[in-house]
Amino acid sequence: MMSLLKGDRGGQIFLVLLTVLAVLIPIFNLIIPEGSAFHVSTYTVTLLGKYLAFALLALSVDLVWGYMGILSLGHGAFFALGGYAMGMYLMLQIGDRGVYGNPDLPDFMVFLNWEEIPWFWHGFDNFWFAMIMVALVPGLLAFIFGALAFRSRVTGVYLSIITQALTYALLLAFFRNEMGFGGNNGLTDFKDILGFSLQSDNTRIALFIASAIALALGYLSCRAIVVSRLGRVAVAIRDSEDRVRFIGYRVDRVKLAIFTFSAVLAGVAGALYVPQVGIINPGEFSPLRSIELVVWVAIGGRTTLYGAVLGAFIVNYSKTYLTGVAPETWLFALGALFVFVTLYLPNGIVGLLKRKGGKA
Amino acid sequence: MSHGHLFSFGRGVFFLAPIFSNQDVLVMSFFSMKNRILPFLIISLILLFSSSSFAETTNSESFKQALELLQSKSYNKKGKAIEQLVITKDERVQPILEAMLKARLFYTKEDKITVIGKKHDDGFSLVSVLDQKDLGVLSKSKLKKIKVNNKLRGVLRASIATLSLSSPDADKRLSAVKQMLGKTNDTGIAFLKAHLKSEKDTAVREKIETLISINDLNSSDKAVKLAAIKTLFNDLNPETRNQLETLKDSDDAEIATASQNALKNIQKKLGFYEKVNTVFFGLSLGSVLVLAAIGLAITFGVMGVINMAHGELIMLGAYTTYVIQQIMPNHIGLSLVIAVPAAFIVSGSVGVLIERLVIRHLYGRPLETLLATFGISLILQQAIRSIFSPLNRAVETPSWMSGALEINPALALTYNRLYIIFFCLAVFAFLYLIIKRTSLGLSVQAVSQNRSMARAMGIRASRVDALTFGLGSGIAGIAGVALSQLTNVGPSMGQDYIIDSFMVVVFGGVGNLWGTLISGFTLGIANKFMEPWAGAVLAKILVLVFIILFIQKRPRGLFPKKGRAAES
Amino acid sequence: MNINFKKMLAGALMLSTSFVVTQAFAASHSKETIKVGVLHSLSGTMAISETTLKDTMLMLIEQQNKKGGLLGKQLEAVVVDPASDWPLFAEKTRELISKKKVDAIFGCWTSVSRKSVLPVIEELNGLMFYPVQYEGEESSKNIFYTGAAPNQQAIPAVNYLMDEIKVKRWVLAGTDYVYPRTTNKILKAYLLSKGVAEKDIMINYTPFGHSDWQSIVSDIKKFGSTGKKTAVVSTINGDANVPFYKELGNQGISSEDIPVVAFSVGEEELSGLDTKPLVGHLAAWNYFMSVESKENEEFIKTWQAFIKDKKRVTNDPMEAHVIGFKMWVKAVEKAGTTDTDKVIDAMIGIEVPNMTGGTAKMLKNHHITKPVLIGEIQEDGQFDVVWQTDGEVAGDAWSDFLPGSKDLISDWTAPIKCGNYNTKEKKCLATAK
Repeated sequence: MMSLLKGDRGGQIFLVLLTVLAVLIPIFNLIIPEGSAFHVSTYTVTLLGKYLAFALLALSVDLVWGYMGILSLGHGAFFALGGYAMGMYLMLQIGDRGVYGNPDLPDFMVFLNWEEIPWFWHGFDNFWFAMIMVALVPGLLAFIFGALAFRSRVTGVYLSIITQALTYALLLAFFRNEMGFGGNNGLTDFKDILGFSLQSDNTRIALFIASAIALALGYLSCRAIVVSRLGRVAVAIRDSEDRVRFIGYRVDRVKLAIFTFSAVLAGVAGALYVPQVGIINPGEFSPLRSIELVVWVAIGGRTTLYGAVLGAFIVNYSKTYLTGVAPETWLFALGALFVFVTLYLPNGIVGLLKRKGGKA
Repeated sequence: MSHGHLFSFGRGVFFLAPIFSNQDVLVMSFFSMKNRILPFLIISLILLFSSSSFAETTNSESFKQALELLQSKSYNKKGKAIEQLVITKDERVQPILEAMLKARLFYTKEDKITVIGKKHDDGFSLVSVLDQKDLGVLSKSKLKKIKVNNKLRGVLRASIATLSLSSPDADKRLSAVKQMLGKTNDTGIAFLKAHLKSEKDTAVREKIETLISINDLNSSDKAVKLAAIKTLFNDLNPETRNQLETLKDSDDAEIATASQNALKNIQKKLGFYEKVNTVFFGLSLGSVLVLAAIGLAITFGVMGVINMAHGELIMLGAYTTYVIQQIMPNHIGLSLVIAVPAAFIVSGSVGVLIERLVIRHLYGRPLETLLATFGISLILQQAIRSIFSPLNRAVETPSWMSGALEINPALALTYNRLYIIFFCLAVFAFLYLIIKRTSLGLSVQAVSQNRSMARAMGIRASRVDALTFGLGSGIAGIAGVALSQLTNVGPSMGQDYIIDSFMVVVFGGVGNLWGTLISGFTLGIANKFMEPWAGAVLAKILVLVFIILFIQKRPRGLFPKKGRAAES
Repeated sequence: MNINFKKMLAGALMLSTSFVVTQAFAASHSKETIKVGVLHSLSGTMAISETTLKDTMLMLIEQQNKKGGLLGKQLEAVVVDPASDWPLFAEKTRELISKKKVDAIFGCWTSVSRKSVLPVIEELNGLMFYPVQYEGEESSKNIFYTGAAPNQQAIPAVNYLMDEIKVKRWVLAGTDYVYPRTTNKILKAYLLSKGVAEKDIMINYTPFGHSDWQSIVSDIKKFGSTGKKTAVVSTINGDANVPFYKELGNQGISSEDIPVVAFSVGEEELSGLDTKPLVGHLAAWNYFMSVESKENEEFIKTWQAFIKDKKRVTNDPMEAHVIGFKMWVKAVEKAGTTDTDKVIDAMIGIEVPNMTGGTAKMLKNHHITKPVLIGEIQEDGQFDVVWQTDGEVAGDAWSDFLPGSKDLISDWTAPIKCGNYNTKEKKCLATAK
């Protein structure tokens, strides 16, 4: 593992910080009593958990964009699909505790007079099956989509726009109540996961730690890819696709492998996100949300993995903070931040830190 | 305060006939098949009343009385008043009813004079209905509107139609006959038959004959029935179809086959017109797509800027239309005409500003323009929300843009859609000429093909960039004017069009104006042909999937750029 | 020059952040106050409807403070922006309750936002007032529903069309989400039970913000051309209405031919569109700005003064917030504390005057009594009431026309204390949390 992080000072600092966070937050939340200055509220824990899931998502975007030059404007789709897979598991865990007390059908299906659970819901009552789906569904979609697109050599803005079309089509599809995913309301009112109540602080902390571990593993695996031969070919593709092809590499296969892995990562992020925020609905498929993702990465600094993580934290924290204190004007501040960063910090905030560090 | 029966006419379809001969007043009623009894009573009363010898002298009294009754609060009484007014056959009646229908009939709070108002800057300029005296301008607060409800509206329209039958204007007579379609009975038909003798206009005659034939379908005489089926063999009115539907299972085999044949023929025709209609719907949806996308075809297609603020530039155009309408509320049509250049200027200047302040620093980094313009779009949206409030704004449609061009009973093309199709083509032609025929256009092409070479040839690339971006943005503004006539004007309206616009441009081939035009119309028509069997949502999903697959086949869109520049 | 510009932009950015910061400080001055959370979207797609409700709340709180506050303390509004982002609603609710320590929340508009908030508010035992007409099929201990349930809007409107307008054929058109789905389901069951044939009912769903209505309107026109009186019952959501009505008008369908009765079009929506093509179409609500009553007149006056706009309209959800707020104030006074459980118990049975001259009463199922009014749209964007119920109708959480819920009732008083009590099996379906 150490060899992976050789020369990656930012990554080292990030992982140390993450470890510290994962250890201290549970202590401060569970052991230190409420009212103490050091107590961390459950609100903060779920918030941080959500940021961790977002950070993992940002990582997946950075991997394909920063290191392979594919600007995906549809990564939100993979995130949402992972989230839905998790949501379906959680939904079936409710059992007969729904408002209609139907042991077999989720509330919204009773509501729409469905007779029986649709075939694609089968198996989701099993946690491990659901977890496989969390990775498989986004992965498979990315594989099929990528196999088509990369073989036909769709590149640049064309690729960006069709990824956007992909998530937009899924958005519209999931909005439809006939699809059997709860339509606009999505899936919500979850009760427990693996038998543990989602409303207890212990479960929340466990989810938080799980997110931290997933992020750390995600980071390490991305790093492993980046420093491997595969990763170096990817960077070469980013810089000049045709030359790499002429040298004799199967460009489409390299792209496909990394793109699929990135989608799986995004799906896992979605699965971690859903139990912590308590709802998954088609809004996650919205193209604007996918664009926002890209903005996180850009603000943090693409081409450094920890930059993506930093970006996710900064943008989401400012959103949380500003929507609370400046509800009427926060969009101005956020918009200005985006413009400012693109204009003056082409390498993101990480670039700024590096420059400062270089001078010192 | 349960109203129960507000007012008791059967569907409001009673007609009081005007004079068509020099006999005494002849009053007749045309009723729908239902609710006959009550209106019948009214009509008998009217007959009694108006045929009496002192009718002429009481008419002016009755007119006055009716006016007073009109000021009452109860819709029931107002209905009676209308009926009374029509009987007087006073020539002042029709303008009163028309004003009432348009909510322009008032009475003054002070002296209770019934007046017709015309919109004026300080309220309404008024004319008394009784003596046509000009009463000057009065503020709105000093007037009380004579309100109408749905049933009254029906009665008003029907009464006006009947009065219009004696109008010298053939168009008015025609629309009066159309109004009666499906609402007539034997008495009405008798009256129409009488009217037919004096009717000179062929269009009106034809319409009346159709009406009579439709009525004949109900005749007990088999020969008349068969003749009617024959005349209506090509008739597309829904009433004909409904009647034939009932006849096709007739016991009489001859009638049954005849009506079945007629129905088959009509269905075939309807099927054809339905296709025509779908094509029209598709063209009009396509023209909206093209309008929304064509500005982007310049900023994104020609300059390579992924302009996420494009939707907001459209929105600025729509708000410009709103502001201009606020400045000149009495000239809605003119304001729309002025809004076109104004929106071009507003959105265009904002575009130039964006280019100068932000995008200029980002050339060569196209993907980053996406991020910066995304930020700009957030700022513009919130700015509009702060200035105009988050509520939608009402943009009025001028009268020449509402309604439909009726080609036949099965095919009517709505005017606003027609205008927008033409407008779209005009904007396209304008843009095309600028790009192909002006020196600016040549510079734009040169810069987009090879920047450094163009500069070496003495083209001031940065100035061209600013102007090009301004042009694309200005066109987006113009699209906003058009869209303000179709849909909501609100802070987030731009977001509804941005994704579609990108799809259209990419599908057509980046950097190709013709591509954008053809792609917009293709997607529009494809969407509309799929909608009937797939539903609106699924149709849209299918179109998106189609685009994704199409791009696999032709990775550079319908009309790819050729040559070396294409690879960069 | 380039540098200068950079400085300028940096300056602007600093300025905006410092503005934000000062605003934050201004908000955190405090004596002891009772905090009221306002959870309405101020940006994103729902800002169009919800911003008004935020302003309404600010006005009500200001008024109450002028009257001396509540329990001797001043009220303090805590406004946040959930930005039309559903998961953010849940997060902000948690922030309001556990971080800002608010005693009550007034908020939400869409069903999905309420569904997103629900688990959080139940977990933290908060208190929320929900002011919008909705699909029913829900009753939470911690939420009070001051908007209309389907039996307080949809069914009376259909009755009106059936009895007064003699409608025989029905188009149920709606946006594809849970409120129209449920409402149409209930209406269809109701119409069938009244002897309407299946073929005389047409149901159509469109996506949010649907703007191209050409094909659908032409279908409606075809459906309505069979000679039987046809009406459209519209649960089309906000933004899609403008192009819908425009298309109706342009294709020559007038309100006399095929009237449209809408459940989501109110004065505020009308103020944002050209009303000419809408005149004569109907809407069913529990309040209209045009209703003549002393309370209403005064409310309109204070509202227009507060918002500094003499033309600003009022609407039904605003009235619901006013009723909800007055009820909360009364309940807190009655309980003598803002403690959630005590206020919830005190709420039931509270009566306050509504704006239409009657009384709103909080029922055991956390819904209220409301009159049902049907109005015709006028050219000035107001409604003329053409029909209304005798007295108030009690809100029903669980519809009697849905197979899943016809045996359910909600009763939050002892001994039942349950939001979904099955009267046949005599048990509460939700296990106690």
